[in-house]
Amino acid sequence: MASAAQKSIKSISYAKYGYMFIAPFFIVYCIFQLWPLINTFRLSFYGNGKTLETFVGLKNFQNILFGSETNLPAQALHDQFFDYFQNTIIIWVGNFVPQILLSLLLAVWFTDAKLKIPGKGFFKVIMYMPNIITAASVSALFLVLFGDTKYGAINSLLLDRELITEPIRFITDKANSRILVMFIQTWMWFGNTMIMLMSGIMGINPSLFEAANIDGANSFQIFRKVTLPLLRPIMVYTLITSMIGGLQMFDIPYLLHTGDTLVPHIQTAAVFVYEKFHKTPYAPSYGYSAAASVILFFITGVLGIFVFYFNRDKDEAERKKKLKKLKKQAKMRNKGFGGLDL
Amino acid sequence: MSKKVVYGKSSEASYTRNTRIKSVIIFVVLLLLTVICLLPLYILIINSTRNVTQITTEGVSLIPGSSLIRNIKELMNNDLYAMVYDPLIGLRNSLFIAGASTFLIVFFSAMTAYGLVVYDFKARGAAFTFILAVMMVPIQVTSTGFLQFMIQLNLADTYWPLIIPGIASPAIVFFMRQSLKSTFPLEIVEAARIDGCGEFKTFIKIAIPMMKPAIAVQAIFAFISKWNDYYTTSMILISGKLNQKTLPMMVSAVMSNDKTADYGVNYTAIMLSIIPVCAVYLALSKFIIAGVALGGVKE
Repeated sequence: MASAAQKSIKSISYAKYGYMFIAPFFIVYCIFQLWPLINTFRLSFYGNGKTLETFVGLKNFQNILFGSETNLPAQALHDQFFDYFQNTIIIWVGNFVPQILLSLLLAVWFTDAKLKIPGKGFFKVIMYMPNIITAASVSALFLVLFGDTKYGAINSLLLDRELITEPIRFITDKANSRILVMFIQTWMWFGNTMIMLMSGIMGINPSLFEAANIDGANSFQIFRKVTLPLLRPIMVYTLITSMIGGLQMFDIPYLLHTGDTLVPHIQTAAVFVYEKFHKTPYAPSYGYSAAASVILFFITGVLGIFVFYFNRDKDEAERKKKLKKLKKQAKMRNKGFGGLDL
Repeated sequence: MSKKVVYGKSSEASYTRNTRIKSVIIFVVLLLLTVICLLPLYILIINSTRNVTQITTEGVSLIPGSSLIRNIKELMNNDLYAMVYDPLIGLRNSLFIAGASTFLIVFFSAMTAYGLVVYDFKARGAAFTFILAVMMVPIQVTSTGFLQFMIQLNLADTYWPLIIPGIASPAIVFFMRQSLKSTFPLEIVEAARIDGCGEFKTFIKIAIPMMKPAIAVQAIFAFISKWNDYYTTSMILISGKLNQKTLPMMVSAVMSNDKTADYGVNYTAIMLSIIPVCAVYLALSKFIIAGVALGGVKE
């Protein structure tokens, strides 16, 4: 063990290397992420298109959040943002609920030592696979499979079997397109969620399961009373990261269309931001996209605080917890003594 | 006593029978899910080997056709496709961007994590807290300011803004730090110092080889996420010149083009963008699954 003197020598002579090692990260972070973030805030107070250089104060936020009865474009913008935001929430909920249920079920099955399932490794590999395929390619794939015309694979299959008489509009119909995006998102992400939950379940002390087994609990009871309560932190973590991911949902909704026009019912808040700075390259609406980004930033920020809480240095948190516990015990003991004395 | 044993035996028998039935049911469900996962990919591969008339008149088939070569030739030579899609150029660009940024991501993340774990300095706690706090800031939130700034610097339409920012990857620093903390004995650094090894050399020659497993996992994830990135690339490569585009951008260009309506060729175009990733994935699946279980990277 290093003595206090040694320690102080070490910290004096080597501290500068610490700064040197972390310097590239912070320099690059400041240039490519921190300044862009500040710049986004700055731009949200400036105009759009031809008035890019003019300071407009909170007008962008006002237009996006509250619209305007006299100013039609502003009202249209307001409606668009809220439509897109609503789509984001609908699609996120519709993808998260089946995804977490399916993943949870699979995770419980895969970690149940009593069940003899052959080929567990194979199933895991296959179920995670959709997650690594490029989202652009996935949306292209589903676009040709679920094409609106009779040439789409699913439509042609159903028409051939005479289950339908007219091709189903999977892509342009409001409900269908949303369900399709929910399905794709679930298809892509359930394997990932499953593996995360599995590692959570495997982190639970196995003697708890054994004890429950000896006490005669059936597998549903074990799930309800042991697995689920102990898995709660990881479930909450999954929920929040998924919410943040949901706010960023971009590729599939944006790319799931043929021709030039996007399908309006599935466009998300991230698409709103992208469209505003991208679609008009010569006179981009930086003001609006920045203002929308700032709104998203605050929503993400609130969610991020929870994630931050879960990622804190576990050792340190544990040490604090232990200290607290010790103090509590000491208190209890004192009380106990008091009780005995009396 | 003997009663108990009999009771135990019979209950065990019914218990194992129930378990077996349950296992079978679960196995069937898992097979079904496997089919759902693989069927779209299977249809994709099959249809990329069929020609447009087969696809439009015969519908879905599970038997491969014989037009794969024709489809690939068409994809390369037909001007309608050649204008928006070139698999070789796309592959080259995607490989370059993903490869270069992966190298920067893992090298500098390892370096930052090493700095945070090995050295005791005043700002260490603050620096780590900062990294934690910004881990979840999504790219969409900064993208407007990022794009505007890159245009200002004349870096739009170049690869720099796609590669350099990888040096600062908070999430990967976080995971590297966790693994370093649990596996890297600090005594080694002291020993290296006594032997007269410089600090940076210690990092390169001793720490990096010891961090190989963590680096490999993070490199795989970084590579896949960079390879798949459509948002940033299409944001920065504004003018959309074909010889700059990545494979995902080319695929989406084919799909949003009304004139490219040869279904067989379309399927082939998509197939060529998916198969390399799947092949790499299957080869490295062991590491990848283990990596996800470690808490992996969730976009």
